[in-house]
Amino acid sequence: MSLLEYALVGGILYGVFFALVALGLNLIFGVMRMINLAHGQFVLLGGYGAYLLSHDLHLNPIYGVPLAVLGAVVVGIPLYTVVPRLQKSSDPEMLSFILFFGVALMIDAVLTAVFGADQRSLPQDAFGAGNITVLGQAFPDSWWVAAGVSVLAALGLYLYFTRTRLGFATRAIMANREEALATGIDVQRVSAIAFIMGIALAGIAGVFVPYLLGSISPDIGNELTTTSFAVIIIGSLGNPLGTIVGGLVFGIGTLFMQTYFPSWSNLVPYALLIVIVLIKPAGLLGRTVRTA
Amino acid sequence: MTVKRPVLATAITLAAIAAAFLVAPHFYGNRSLLLSMLTFVALAQGLNLLYGFTGYLPFGYVGFFGAGAYATSLLVLHTGIPVLACVVLGGAAAVLVGLILGPLLRLSGAYFSIANLAASQILFNIVSNQDLSSITGGPYGLKIDKVYNLPAAYLSMLAVVLIATALAAYLRFSRFGLGIRAVKQDATSAAMAGIDVVRGRLIVWLLSAAIAGLAGGVYAWSLSVFYPDAVFTLQISVFAIVFALFGGVGTVIGPVVGAVVLDALYNAVGISTPQYFEFIYGALIVLLVLFLPNGVMSLLTRRGIRVI
Repeated sequence: MSLLEYALVGGILYGVFFALVALGLNLIFGVMRMINLAHGQFVLLGGYGAYLLSHDLHLNPIYGVPLAVLGAVVVGIPLYTVVPRLQKSSDPEMLSFILFFGVALMIDAVLTAVFGADQRSLPQDAFGAGNITVLGQAFPDSWWVAAGVSVLAALGLYLYFTRTRLGFATRAIMANREEALATGIDVQRVSAIAFIMGIALAGIAGVFVPYLLGSISPDIGNELTTTSFAVIIIGSLGNPLGTIVGGLVFGIGTLFMQTYFPSWSNLVPYALLIVIVLIKPAGLLGRTVRTA
Repeated sequence: MTVKRPVLATAITLAAIAAAFLVAPHFYGNRSLLLSMLTFVALAQGLNLLYGFTGYLPFGYVGFFGAGAYATSLLVLHTGIPVLACVVLGGAAAVLVGLILGPLLRLSGAYFSIANLAASQILFNIVSNQDLSSITGGPYGLKIDKVYNLPAAYLSMLAVVLIATALAAYLRFSRFGLGIRAVKQDATSAAMAGIDVVRGRLIVWLLSAAIAGLAGGVYAWSLSVFYPDAVFTLQISVFAIVFALFGGVGTVIGPVVGAVVLDALYNAVGISTPQYFEFIYGALIVLLVLFLPNGVMSLLTRRGIRVI
């Protein structure tokens, strides 16, 4: 029975964290209908930021979180300038997909040039050296911290959406862009903020990736992007709450496979993605079915 | 009897491609580099069939390539049939994979691309799985050096390129192709006009899969020893997409020109400094999408020069 409990507790922690990894991708898609295919690379940038802080400045990697927010502002504002141009084009969704893929290649190249192709990890005891035991299963403190930060981020996003004027405006744009524009909402400004928030969330998640996956290297960016896609499609595109559900399904599924069929566990995100997309294209929490 | 213009233009294009690549080995000694260029011409053209004429961007296009490579190699290893027959069956295997993945065509836009990428990753994970080493060679790959014959593989790849280009010309000039392009612009209106949307998309999808499968089979033949990564790396999809976009999708010669120019550039400077080249490719994609979404061929068409 302990294997089952291991997979369950680990899956919840892993899943809650991957909800954070995917949250930013979903926010950008929900607000701008743009597909940020460089999402995994932004996650990596967050991870390498934390690595620089800890390795070269000997700071606690947790400072990577504010650094990620700062970095998102610095990178996000110039990058956002392409968004209005894309939205005027013939096929914004597809063209954004290709364009951000180009951005992803550029970030991959820069990361490889600066850090090399080697795997990098962060000091194991930075978030506490012990384990926390639940249901007789011990997981390292860093996993709990990562899951805790994920819950805080999701809660923060929820409060932003339900309690602030900017959050209302963001939801209005998600519901209907044209009508939001017609009611006098500054769509470009609100979108730009959502865009930066999406990148910041990716960067924050990146700080913890070296703990959850053991290490980071420039070549895992695309894998992080596809996994994030799996998580948000399982949940439902454009619905931040669904992302949490998607993360849990993915996390528990992955840890169960790792426990019982380890050599097949890499298949989990891809198989889940295809199955969900074919059976229920709107995702588990989706209300309306898209017209394909 | 007069020959119709499109037929003539197609014949001239095919003859020019064939002549160029038949003459090239006499001027440039490295035949395996030329073969890899032909491989990317075939893949760019095969991707163009689907993306250029139906608007579906197959991000996991490499899945068909790998399926063809593996099917061909396994047939060479386990049966006594001639290697060319193995390559053709490799193409058939890719079509079979395409049929299995056919339901993905119900998805639109980016959903399709991502799901297709996931499908190719699943294939890769199955093929390279340690537990299946006895069948697929697992992570250790396959070895078919007993049938190694580079000149023959070169000619076969040229044949694949010519077939792919002829198919692109067919889609550009035929009644069927006109229907497909109508579907791309507006599926609902096209269906109202009596075009069988699902059938048309599926046919192009399978043709595109067949080209990648054949190319994969010939490529495996030319490598003779390969690891799963060599025929399943996402980079192959990436190159095919960039080359086709650069030349101009939806045209017949755009992907050929794009693949030849960019692959030559890659061989000239990219191999020694791959990370700089990755950066340049990334920047190229961004600039293409922003300023030249229809590829370099659109520079000609904008000036009123007719390009097939």
